[in-house]
Amino acid sequence: MELNQYLGMFIDEAREHLQAMNDNMLQLEQSPDDISIVQVMFRSAHTLKGMSATMGFEELATLTHEMENVLDLVRNHKLRMTEPIFDVLFQCLDALETMVQDIIAGGTGKADVTAIVASLQAIAKGDVPASAAIPSAQSAAASAGSAGSAAGMLDQFQLSVAEQSLQAGLGLYRIDISLAPTCVLKAARAFMVFQVFEKFGEVVKSQPAVQDIEQEKFDKGFTVYFVTEHPKEELEKALGSISEVEPPVVTAITAADLKQMREGEIAKQETAAAAAAAAPRPAERRERAAAPAAGPSAGAPAGASGGAVNRTIRVDIEKLDTLMNLFSELLIDRVRLESLASELRSQALTETVEHMARVSSDLQNIVLKLRMVPVESVFNRFPRLIRDLAKTLDKKIELVITGADTELDRTVIDEIGDPLVHLLRNSGDHGIERPDERVAAGKPEQGTVHLRAYHSGNHVFIEIEDDGRGIHTEKVMQTAIKRGVITADQAKSMKDEEIHMLLFAPGFSTADKITDISGRGVGLDVVKTKIESLGGKVTVESRWGQGTKFTVQLPLTLSIIAAMLIRVGDEKYAIPLSSMVETSLIPRSEIRVVHGERLIQYRGSVIPILFLSEVLDVPGADTSAEELFVVIVRKGERLMALVVDDLIGQQEIVLKSLGSYLSKVFAVSGATILGDGHVALILDPNALLK
Amino acid sequence: MAEELKVIVFALGHEEYGVEVEKVKTIERMSPMTRVPKTPAFVKGVINNRGVVLPVIDLRGRFGLPEAEYTDNTRIIIVAVGDLEVGMIVDSASDVIDVNSDQIELPPEIVGGIRAKYLRGIAKIGERLLVLLNLEEVLNKSEIIQLEQMEV
Repeated sequence: MELNQYLGMFIDEAREHLQAMNDNMLQLEQSPDDISIVQVMFRSAHTLKGMSATMGFEELATLTHEMENVLDLVRNHKLRMTEPIFDVLFQCLDALETMVQDIIAGGTGKADVTAIVASLQAIAKGDVPASAAIPSAQSAAASAGSAGSAAGMLDQFQLSVAEQSLQAGLGLYRIDISLAPTCVLKAARAFMVFQVFEKFGEVVKSQPAVQDIEQEKFDKGFTVYFVTEHPKEELEKALGSISEVEPPVVTAITAADLKQMREGEIAKQETAAAAAAAAPRPAERRERAAAPAAGPSAGAPAGASGGAVNRTIRVDIEKLDTLMNLFSELLIDRVRLESLASELRSQALTETVEHMARVSSDLQNIVLKLRMVPVESVFNRFPRLIRDLAKTLDKKIELVITGADTELDRTVIDEIGDPLVHLLRNSGDHGIERPDERVAAGKPEQGTVHLRAYHSGNHVFIEIEDDGRGIHTEKVMQTAIKRGVITADQAKSMKDEEIHMLLFAPGFSTADKITDISGRGVGLDVVKTKIESLGGKVTVESRWGQGTKFTVQLPLTLSIIAAMLIRVGDEKYAIPLSSMVETSLIPRSEIRVVHGERLIQYRGSVIPILFLSEVLDVPGADTSAEELFVVIVRKGERLMALVVDDLIGQQEIVLKSLGSYLSKVFAVSGATILGDGHVALILDPNALLK
Repeated sequence: MAEELKVIVFALGHEEYGVEVEKVKTIERMSPMTRVPKTPAFVKGVINNRGVVLPVIDLRGRFGLPEAEYTDNTRIIIVAVGDLEVGMIVDSASDVIDVNSDQIELPPEIVGGIRAKYLRGIAKIGERLLVLLNLEEVLNKSEIIQLEQMEV
């Protein structure tokens, strides 16, 4: 079978299931007894197993299968979730994640999973500290399909079923089935055996579990406890007539046998209970583990999210790009039609074209909106991150997420994850104090990290705010001086906020972790660079002893920007509004020349003025006008005036790259396609302001 | 049996050139071009090719041949090599022909002023001489950067 065409779908779905399981695990840590969460996880694991097996990713399938077994025990009340089990399951999710990543990277998803599989199997066998099998009083599951405790033993529930059956006058048998050594299709034979069982009565317990038997995961035979109203001989005959199956050993079980078994079961439980009592700490630790776990992610429906049907479809981002491109073609035709209509002066044509113009601008909006994705898809990784961080650092941290439904362009979403991880780690690692320190400082034991996203104007803001120890201004300053980022003189005149921003300075912490100071600044320059490359910016506010807030400001989308279109000679250029201060008209006589540089007075300060026609070598530009149109642009605090021939107007433009052939062109950051189909270059004023 | 190669044939001056058909995306007529400042002279600018902004180079200029007026026959051959997609202005594009690999000879040092490294070989097809281009070298980016530095 050609599977490659399904690979994309597999990857998407596998990621979704992994994310869902991660989320659910975190929720489960909060309320370990909520079986409905386990049900959802079980379904995810089951689906993932099936998908992986179909795609031929054996290790993925094996691991998910073992995971499913453990979850199955939990949902059938045969196993209680405890901290060690959580840890193993989280490890398991990580391993699955790694394998899926490998598959995404073009690998085969192979990995050595034996260790985790072994732990999972040990858990399934009940071999886990303080994980006593709990009596399952109500569980409706006839639970033929669970790998119970020791071989040959019935658990409490099964025992009571068996006892009731005996009391009702039915026969209870222990049947040992062995397949002929020559048997080829073991699973098929086993299936036939089970068909007979179904016809005759009910299987109370099977060893190994039915699922395993179906998958041929048994050696030569298996054992079932069976309730039937038919006589023993009839059963023996029916089973014996299946070819390749040895004559079954059918042993009748009496009420006395059951009593004995029950005593054994109780003894076992007492041992477990005693063990738990002797070692109360694991239970305590479990509660502690629950505390540092992330808080509920805002708006996430509790529990049964897995079953909800999403009325969405997946679309390849490239297809959306193509749609955009085709659409801009259409816009060009529209412009032509409009000019034709005005030439022909046909009212019918004009009306049609106008209608088409309205429809197409609506369409354009929709096409652009299609690329918007809620930040949730990035944020949902973070509860797990904070949980792990809290565990490693032995801290208590609650993550509070708000505004996860805020939408951002897909291109931004893909890039923003890493910087945010960095900032969150920073808050957890260096911001939030250890519980004892917090108590000593009069704060609650558990630290809180707020992760917020919201829209404002044409930007999305993401804030990461902790109530930790804050930034020690003095120490940051000393470090910055020591590392040559600033001089001691400079430091004197700097405000606190400016000093805090030094954390983002390159070279502030090139060495290994600075742990003697508040430690902030580890690689934060990377965060800054990344965010700026996305057209955003990051700022930090901090109050010593009270906490720190990082604010990341991002453009809504990377593909559309507001720009001022200008004309120089016969050429049109776009200047991003984000770097513009204002436009103005100045008389040529106001230009002063100082040291060969042309300057003008602008609102009380002197700023350089640049003729774009000269900078860009525009042929045929008219430079004789007495009144000059200027665009005032800004880079940081510095201003500059650019002389243009004409201001065409403000417009939303779709950003396009110049292609990799022209990757670095002076003062040009990209291009856009104008309504008439022509290409206009987008100027990068930063490059002009050196 | 010798390997068959499908080649798009185009003209520059009096010579006929060829590029493998797999590397050619489309052949377009001249369209309005936007000049890109501070780029080498042979970079004629960028065009809008179905919503994608593409750089266009003048192949004559690229090879140091004298530039010619654009006519009705002038074409832009849009080629893709790796992640590079570039339009090349040629005098005219005529047809697609099959070339047998045993018809290809190694290029002589100089063909009409074009350095040998831009060429894959010369194909003799009957009376016709076809110069096969080595597009990877023609579109070599590091060379562009060198040229830019020379001019700036």
